[in-house]
Amino acid sequence: MGELLLIFVSAMLVNNFTLVLFLGLCPFMGVSGKVGTALRMGGANVFVLTITSLVASFLNTFVLVHAPYLRLISFIVVIASLVQIVEMTIKKLSPALFRELGIFLPLITTNCAILGLAIFQTNRGYGLLEGLFFALGAGAGLTLALVLMASIRERIELADVPSVARNMGLVLIVAGSLSLAFMGFAGLFSS
Amino acid sequence: MSPRATTPSQDFFRGVWRENPVLVQLLGLCPALAVTNTVANSLAMGIATFFVMLGSSILVSTLKRFIPGEVRISAYILIIATFVTIADMVLAAVVPEIHKALGAFIALIVVNCMILGRQESFASKRPVGRAALDAIGTGTGFMIALLLMGGVREVLGNGTFLGVPLFGDAFEPWIVMILPPGGFFTLGLLLLGLAWWEERKTEPVHPRSWPHGVTDQVRTGATFGAASSGFGVPDSAGPGSTGPEVGHG
Repeated sequence: MGELLLIFVSAMLVNNFTLVLFLGLCPFMGVSGKVGTALRMGGANVFVLTITSLVASFLNTFVLVHAPYLRLISFIVVIASLVQIVEMTIKKLSPALFRELGIFLPLITTNCAILGLAIFQTNRGYGLLEGLFFALGAGAGLTLALVLMASIRERIELADVPSVARNMGLVLIVAGSLSLAFMGFAGLFSS
Repeated sequence: MSPRATTPSQDFFRGVWRENPVLVQLLGLCPALAVTNTVANSLAMGIATFFVMLGSSILVSTLKRFIPGEVRISAYILIIATFVTIADMVLAAVVPEIHKALGAFIALIVVNCMILGRQESFASKRPVGRAALDAIGTGTGFMIALLLMGGVREVLGNGTFLGVPLFGDAFEPWIVMILPPGGFFTLGLLLLGLAWWEERKTEPVHPRSWPHGVTDQVRTGATFGAASSGFGVPDSAGPGSTGPEVGHG
């Protein structure tokens, strides 16, 4: 259990997907304008990450031991089609949830955090349960980064910023500061 | 037939600078930030992306009549993934240490939105030659951006360029520049610099040198007037901008 908790905290804080590993930057830049949207995006991410982790474990155990060179292609195809199926299922079963997540689900498919999770999980040789905790930690980390960023950007909206910095430049500098803060977690486990 | 006719040179140069994927469109940020801590890594990443971009653009443009509209995105991703797998294997065989340093980010070229974006918006609608030109232009633009980032980060963060020491022993490297925050800072400052440059370019041009007959008296009077009106702007904007803050307090 301690091992699993370690994987969770490590994926969430020490190796935060967005701020330390630079995965999933597109949603981080794109939908971090409002806290509510950021939370929903984070939720959708946790959902897809969990499914991806399960699928990647399955593929690694049953398919890719025979054909490792197909890893990348099979991951991306299976993830893309699975997200499509999940989207259609949600649309049918719960239109309210679909409206909440709707726009974000297809966007997530081409989000590098998802494929990155599958590849990291394979490289590190995680099993089913470890992969699941890894995915939950990564999702929590993504959500945390998104919400932090959205809260800061809501404040920036009201601030008197020079006209030059009204584009993504300032957002990247703020992201750098957040990343610097997350570097502080690097010493969490070594001592 | 085509949405807007463009010349071949426009197809090529658009991606290089005016619509640079990283610096202007902010696409493909993940690799641009993650692997640019040294110039060698940036170069390897740039070349790999260039190859994938060119190969998949040519193939998509060739096959555009045979790809059904409903599954086109999946088809593009499959084509891109095939080229990425080739690039991955070639890099692992030719430069194993750089392949190791880039790690999962070679595989993650698949989800680089820049490549998929060019397939969807350009290669799937144009002839093969034009698609290849566009791919070469965009790939070059991506490489320029990566090398710019890699150059700044390696020179400041390590004091070297392509491994060659630039400064004497007295130089204290800015370690933060090769760590993750340095990537955000470098790109942020580059974007701020570009925005400043654009803004300066669009400002009305003031005469730099005075004509021969203008006396010192007139000149100081004119500059004083300009300066005072310049100072007047922040003063009048001050209360308006501080107002919401006071309201919150």
